[in-house]
Amino acid sequence: MSATKRFDLRYFIRAGLLAGIVPLYTSVIGMVEVFNKREVVKGMLTLGEMLVIFPSLVVGYLVALKWRREGKNPFLALVGALIAGFVASLPTVLLILVNDRIPLRDMFVNVNPALMEILLVGQEQMAQGAFILMSVLAVSGLLGAVVSFIPYRFRRPLVIALVVVILSGLLSEFIKQVLQQFIERGALKQIVQGKSLTTKAAAAIFVVTYLTTLFWDVKGQAIRTRYNAMPASRKKQAGRLWKTMFGIFLLILPWVLGPYLSEVIDNVGLYIIMGLGLNIAVGWAGLLDLGYVTNFAVGAYIAGVLTSTGPLGLGARLGTDPLGFWIIIPISILAAMFTGFVLALPVLRMRGDYLAIATLGFGEIIRLLALSDWLKPYIGGAQGILFIPKPELPALAEILNLADRAPALIEIAKGDSLLAGLMNLILYGQFSGPQELYYIIFVGALFVLFVATRLNNSRTGRQWMAMREDEDAASSVGINTTTAKVLAFTVSAASGGMAGAIFASKVGTIFPNSFNLLVSINVLSLIIIGGMGSIPGIVVGSLALIGLPELLREFAEFRLLLYGALLVVMMLVRPEGLWPSPVIRREMAADEEEPPPDMGEMQTSQPMRPLSEASD
Amino acid sequence: MALLELENVHSYYGNIHALKGVSMTVDEGEIVCLIGGNGAGKTTTLRTITGLLRPREGSVRFDGEDALQYATHELVAKGLAMVPEGRGVFQKLTVEENLEMGAYLRTDAKAIAEDIQRMYELFPRLGERRTQVAGTLSGGEQQMLAISRALMSRPRVLLMDEPSMGLAPVLVDLIFDTIQEINKDGVTILLVEQNALIALDISHRGYVIETGAIALEGPAKELRDDPRVKEAYLGG
Repeated sequence: MSATKRFDLRYFIRAGLLAGIVPLYTSVIGMVEVFNKREVVKGMLTLGEMLVIFPSLVVGYLVALKWRREGKNPFLALVGALIAGFVASLPTVLLILVNDRIPLRDMFVNVNPALMEILLVGQEQMAQGAFILMSVLAVSGLLGAVVSFIPYRFRRPLVIALVVVILSGLLSEFIKQVLQQFIERGALKQIVQGKSLTTKAAAAIFVVTYLTTLFWDVKGQAIRTRYNAMPASRKKQAGRLWKTMFGIFLLILPWVLGPYLSEVIDNVGLYIIMGLGLNIAVGWAGLLDLGYVTNFAVGAYIAGVLTSTGPLGLGARLGTDPLGFWIIIPISILAAMFTGFVLALPVLRMRGDYLAIATLGFGEIIRLLALSDWLKPYIGGAQGILFIPKPELPALAEILNLADRAPALIEIAKGDSLLAGLMNLILYGQFSGPQELYYIIFVGALFVLFVATRLNNSRTGRQWMAMREDEDAASSVGINTTTAKVLAFTVSAASGGMAGAIFASKVGTIFPNSFNLLVSINVLSLIIIGGMGSIPGIVVGSLALIGLPELLREFAEFRLLLYGALLVVMMLVRPEGLWPSPVIRREMAADEEEPPPDMGEMQTSQPMRPLSEASD
Repeated sequence: MALLELENVHSYYGNIHALKGVSMTVDEGEIVCLIGGNGAGKTTTLRTITGLLRPREGSVRFDGEDALQYATHELVAKGLAMVPEGRGVFQKLTVEENLEMGAYLRTDAKAIAEDIQRMYELFPRLGERRTQVAGTLSGGEQQMLAISRALMSRPRVLLMDEPSMGLAPVLVDLIFDTIQEINKDGVTILLVEQNALIALDISHRGYVIETGAIALEGPAKELRDDPRVKEAYLGG
């Protein structure tokens, strides 16, 4: 710590300007104004205010941290952070000033009086308002720096607790949806009002998270040591306990989440199924397949034609009953595998980019075929296939001769949405809504997961891995790369077919436009985001990529902007994916001489430790 | 009878006539080297033998059979192994996993484990780095790994593409000593090299390839003394 190091004013100004871009940009595109209507914590903080203030806070924190890491004068760190925070306000202030002279509204429709009122903190006088804005941001920078001075063990819980509060505030609508099934309206009002958390709830969440994190940081090591010291049999027991609990959690999940969130989870599940399949081709065999939607479409259309009770259904054509859902699943899988096999043949000689383009073509061909007049008599062209029935199981109520008593049974469980829903499903066997369909998707995903795990550790899996690494080397150890490729495409297609069949039955109608390029891109992206070749990564990736946009739905036109920004950040912070496979992790570790500074520290100290949690 | 026999082989890269009638033989138990400058057709010859490249004309025979009817992986099953040029190891797998991949066609788990131990004896450096990812090995270690991986298939013939490339002289000596050892264990070796001096040193016979055709052939000793070879490859 020497004060001899020069005070680097330019560094702080540059950092401040970078941070200042955020409020300026979000103001001009109208985000601040729209978000200002959304309170994160009732009466305290709106999302719009967060957009303006947070960049300063963060930049203050980061510059102070970096400055002190380099062993420079801590007092100057505070000054620097203050300056950075102040500078961060300048672009916005400039916007206010310029707008006062030249009305910018002609060019930027969102620069309107309402925005100005927000930016000027409701002050009449421009000078006054601007002054307040500048001071608030400067102080935010300073605050950020102050936070960075808090010792790490107290700072980490603080940061985590803040993040949790803000996330809960953002997701309060979903919290409400979950809670309203369990507690009455009056009590719910105490926690969530409108779309935002109440101050009380926010404070409670903050305190609880803070204390929990603090406790875990202090005691976690001891608990972990104790867990590791446990005999293997006890460990196994704990592991089994944890798995059972997790299993039960997954089984009651749709009833906890309510219908809307179950729908989201269903979609996530379908993408997990597809992701696990495509991962075989892309993640393991290294075959960049951009036309995965082909398999999805084949599965869906086969299921549609064979099960539809409408005029296009095979039943109507042949004058027989349409096939049932359960027999359709294997048929769709086989059909998709056949498609995968056939499509693999012409592209066998292609590698890398060329393969990607060719498969991209397949994806478009299938959509155009579905749209075409040629196939219209069979699969309905643009009108699609209608009247695809939902899956059904034989009604247990009738088998057990409970038909008269069943309503009474459900009545008993009435107070409890969870029990009533499950009861209904079991007694009548109707998979009518997203909450019931969840189970089909769940079982499907488990099945695919099982197959994928087995394949990953098999000879076939290693053959794909070798081929991905180096095709020539693979064949020079005796691997038949031709069969390996065809096999990868075929097996990979199977789960696409399964997802398609479930999808068709879930939505009841299928249209060619459901099978566009975006499906392929989404499946591929979730693999990359989760971590190439990693099975748990696919689950996490699907949650992030398919679940997140649903949760962001409230932000309407800014949804995709936020989503894109999040993807960029995710790839910058964790290029290896959210949950990388061991092989990729090894490789990334080898590439990097030293771990990334702060972010790395934060992440490695909070890994997932399900087993040890089960033990306390 | 020759174990490996090429007769009037013509290979092309697109329209480029890379091999213009190459004929050569490798007998059982021999070390034969194929030397020549950059772009002379050394690697092309190897790729043609292993089936990675299909010749338009001529024949390749392995153990009396027409090798061209087989795909690369089938030739491996028949006892032909290749050490690819440069770093043809599986970069993201560990040393041990690479060796296991080398035994891909074998199912005798116990013998495989023994062979892996043997490789570690042959190259103790690999033993020290068995859990290390191959991509992080030095060039010499990767070369050792590539050779060991090829040996894991228990080949009858080992084709080696420039094992000395980019290695420090000490390592080159080590690698070439090992090649001789491997040969003494009964593995026939076809060695492709730019470093003519050291290649001819350990070989029984040699071929010199120039612009896609064999320019000279004979016992290694004679080639070493041949003024033309001396001038072109041994620095006068």
